[in-house]
Amino acid sequence: MNRLSRLLGLLVAARATMRAARQRPQPPPSRPESDFDPRRRVVPSNRRAETAVAVLLLLAGLFGVGFTAVYVALDANTQLLGIAIGGALCLLAAAAIVAGKLVVPQETAVEERGPLLDEHRVETVVEVAEAGGEGISRRRLLIGAGGVCGAALATAAATPLASLGPTLSGLHETPWARGIRLLDDQGRPYLAGDIQVGAFYTALPEHSDPEAFGAGLLVVRLPANFLHLPGARRDWAPDGIVAYSKICPHAGCAISLYRYPTYAPTSQQPAFTCPCHYSTFLPGEGGRVVFGPAGRSLPQLPLMVDSQGHLRAAGRFHEDIGPSWWGVHRAES
Amino acid sequence: MKGLVTRWFRRRARVPRVVRAALALVLGTLAIVGLAAPISHGQTGAPSGAGAPASGGPATEFNAPTKSPEPPGPGNPAKTFPDSSALRADGFNLYQQSCSSCHGISAQGIPGVAPSLRAVGPGPIDFYLSTGRMPLEQPRAEPQRNSPAFDRTRIDALIAFVSSFGGPAAPTANPFAGNLALGFHAFTLNCAGCHQIAARGGITVNAQVPDLQQATAQQVAEAVRMGPYLMPHFDSKQIDQHELDSITRYILWTRHPADLGGWGIDNIGPIPEGIVAWFIGLLALVIVARLIGERLGEEA
Amino acid sequence: MNLIERRVHRRFERAARVTDERLGVMGAIKWAMRYVFPDHWSFLLGEIALYSFIVLVATGIFLTLYYVPGASQVIYRGSYPLLQGEQMSEAYRSVLNLSTTVPAGLLFRQVHHWAADVFIAAIVLHLMRVFFTGACRKPRELNYFIGLTMLMLAILEGFAGYSLVDDLLSGMGLAIAYSVAMSIPLVGGQLSTLIWGGPFPGSDSFLPRLEIVHVLLIPAALAVLISMHLAIIMRQHHSQFPGPGRRERNVVGTPMWPAYALRSIGLLLAVAGGLFLLGGLVQVNPIWQWGPYHPYLSENGAQPDWYIGWLIGALRLMPNWELVIAGRTVIPNPFWGGAAFPLLVFGVMFAWPAIERRVTHDVRRHDLLDRPRDRPLRTAIGAAFLSWVVIVFAVGSTDRIFYRLGISYTTQIHVWRVGIWVIPILVFLATRSICRSLQRSGAHPLRAWQGEVVRRRPDGEVYVVADAVADQAQAEPAEPPVGTVPGSGDERPPAL
Repeated sequence: MNRLSRLLGLLVAARATMRAARQRPQPPPSRPESDFDPRRRVVPSNRRAETAVAVLLLLAGLFGVGFTAVYVALDANTQLLGIAIGGALCLLAAAAIVAGKLVVPQETAVEERGPLLDEHRVETVVEVAEAGGEGISRRRLLIGAGGVCGAALATAAATPLASLGPTLSGLHETPWARGIRLLDDQGRPYLAGDIQVGAFYTALPEHSDPEAFGAGLLVVRLPANFLHLPGARRDWAPDGIVAYSKICPHAGCAISLYRYPTYAPTSQQPAFTCPCHYSTFLPGEGGRVVFGPAGRSLPQLPLMVDSQGHLRAAGRFHEDIGPSWWGVHRAES
Repeated sequence: MKGLVTRWFRRRARVPRVVRAALALVLGTLAIVGLAAPISHGQTGAPSGAGAPASGGPATEFNAPTKSPEPPGPGNPAKTFPDSSALRADGFNLYQQSCSSCHGISAQGIPGVAPSLRAVGPGPIDFYLSTGRMPLEQPRAEPQRNSPAFDRTRIDALIAFVSSFGGPAAPTANPFAGNLALGFHAFTLNCAGCHQIAARGGITVNAQVPDLQQATAQQVAEAVRMGPYLMPHFDSKQIDQHELDSITRYILWTRHPADLGGWGIDNIGPIPEGIVAWFIGLLALVIVARLIGERLGEEA
Repeated sequence: MNLIERRVHRRFERAARVTDERLGVMGAIKWAMRYVFPDHWSFLLGEIALYSFIVLVATGIFLTLYYVPGASQVIYRGSYPLLQGEQMSEAYRSVLNLSTTVPAGLLFRQVHHWAADVFIAAIVLHLMRVFFTGACRKPRELNYFIGLTMLMLAILEGFAGYSLVDDLLSGMGLAIAYSVAMSIPLVGGQLSTLIWGGPFPGSDSFLPRLEIVHVLLIPAALAVLISMHLAIIMRQHHSQFPGPGRRERNVVGTPMWPAYALRSIGLLLAVAGGLFLLGGLVQVNPIWQWGPYHPYLSENGAQPDWYIGWLIGALRLMPNWELVIAGRTVIPNPFWGGAAFPLLVFGVMFAWPAIERRVTHDVRRHDLLDRPRDRPLRTAIGAAFLSWVVIVFAVGSTDRIFYRLGISYTTQIHVWRVGIWVIPILVFLATRSICRSLQRSGAHPLRAWQGEVVRRRPDGEVYVVADAVADQAQAEPAEPPVGTVPGSGDERPPAL
């Protein structure tokens, strides 16, 4: 322990020495005041510049007229309108700048900065303010009461904010429940037999608002050797057809990339990818995240096939869909 | 020891105590967060998960493509390619020179290298060859559009040879029969996630997705029905012939999209817009400011 | 004076007297007309931002007259063929109509969008000037804080503005903003359902609320802050670079009337003209190309506008860490990149004046600016911090880099997770060393090469044709000019 303390002490001492040896930056010295007088005034009397300004003004006017002409006669073509008004303004700008630099008198003037801090004024203000409190005997009582009142009124002022929004229960709900049929975006129900390996389908719930966050589903079929669902969800995939929420659990974008290899040994396994931040999920392994910032797996929906061969939901999602938040219901893993 | 630490913390130094305390707090928080963080799942690349890893399936699994090209669909037009015994013979020779080293002498595929071509039909052959994606240098490389290695006659010969082994007919599409609005709608739903809304291409993890400005109607139809490389495929029940015609029409339209606002700057959105805002807009205005204002050293 | 001049003089005199009889403001007007502006070109960057804001308000008024903040779904039957029969929100349809049917509608929309991009770019450039010249020291800390607040408001305002359109690209962005709001620990769920009126995509009142924020609340706040910003500048007078005749207690420059007013008006017209040229000639945010937003749709390569790009970079770069304690998600993943990162960046910027005061022990009032090289440490720290933010911003486009250059996306992400810490250190060291060497040599960093041009005569002798160092020394007076401190690197007059 002693040796360690000595070693640390040595290191600290060495560091202190090195720092002392280096120059310590001081606040830089104030520059000595120069007594050079920069004031000057130059009257240009530049006839060519004046002519240039006049010409620019006239040209600008021409472009301005052009704007109205294009609007009326050329069906308000966006590009020509832009050239007309943009050109007019730029020419006007050129006129103003040429005038400002070459036509009007060029002057360099000096103005004094007033002082900002005035000690006397500060003292007076403090005195006047404190004189307003002359004669008050129980400051603490008044300040305390004021504080309590202020806090209460601030809370009251903030209360109407609660009217703006509903409660949090809606965050756990989706339109999907047992028996709801899967439709495509034209409203036709999906037949289990039509789901092909190597394709991906977007499904929406029957009799529900397709704009709801939880409405979009990704449906794919995977051959048996690809499907490794967690134990509890083994029977969620009739005939290898699996369904997952289309909404990425990272930041809420719709997952619209699906890669499926033509020849697996030289390529990658089937996966969904979200186009926003490239979170990648494996449909064959219960939506497990294999790359990207998503903090939890893709929620899966159990499926069943009804007597007519249509696909229906067999229950609810196994965890909340959409982005995570404080109260989100997560899966165990 | 403790005395040393306390003295180090308490001593007057150039870095004030407040800053050191803040730094300690930040590092401590990071340490806690680091402990709480799960082990980041690495990206599982090629070629895992092709079969149940523990059980090990039959060897023929790797010989079969894991997705097969879809047929054009009942009642839908198919593309016919020239066929004759002479073409097949030419095709056989070309095949042996250029394709058999990966795909096997009789198109049966080589396990772990390249799939069988015996049941793919003419569509995929025409697609891969006419877009120059095949022959492929490395079996694991991503097939990308290139200038074709064979001219049309030779491609026809290879098609004739390979399709002699069987497979579905090649699909086709007629963009003039398609509806632009329907095409845009179907493209947005099925294709824009990978190919970008104006077919300007994009990426997935870990492959480049091509832009479609050079794709012909025939190539689009073949790609949609077969799903080349990592692309999924779409059969006629999911995308019927009219939708396919419409998607093709939309893709051809994206070569010259309606740039109502002027210069389209590649139609991919805010990245080129930001470049224009900084390096054309703001730069021009800074130049104007330089003209208006003065520079140090010019003052009299 | 000739006849016309006399008449103008009489009219002007009469107008001045009439005004003064009623308002008594001639004293203030004289003060304003003789107000001196130091006129280094870099002081005009803030004006570029101000004039962009004016263009934004003017074009924005036009757009408000056409925009409908309606979320209910309608079927489009207008003139743009690709969207015939497509289902979309009323808001999207109103902007689509504005862009395709209303004469000059697309022009005003594009000018408005370009003005927003240029507005924030000018603020950032202005902020960099203020930082690297030390203008955020006493007495200007308050103005600096006001400026940073305006930057935050401007970024929010721009995001709100293009999200009002409800197209596919901005809808995806709103979903991400919702997720970032949800990710705020403890209160995120309540906060987002409060703002959106329910779970995403929100209730029917969300778009009208967003419109009021974008059209009234933030512009009003910006207008107030801009007025305060300008008032404080006028009260304190603008800072200036050191030079002949320039002291801490004076301001040397051009009086407002006539030269500076004309130049400033010229800049306003140039900003407006440039923005209208861009708005007419270069397409921006072609919403008809993206199509309407539906939560179950997305596209590849979707990006936010450039001033949100640093956040998409941070979100993509972050590993998938979520802090979960006892089943409660304390810190969801989007918090790191979407909320903690910008809070940290702005926090450091807000804290900078205090940090600088502590480190340099300098509490004097400063009205003379530093050249960046005169403060190697500040410049180097600023450059390193800036490079950190810029790299995170650039990571937001790694997908396009993969697309163009073939460097795998996952590789880039893994490299940059380390790179964003390594590169700023290198930038710090390089900048500090460049500053110090510039201080010693007094050279301009971009112009005035140092060296000699030599020629060889036929007999083999080499002679000097031109010597830049000797030329420069010859052009300058032999004595150091009055007002410099020998040994501080001030011998040569600054030549920026």
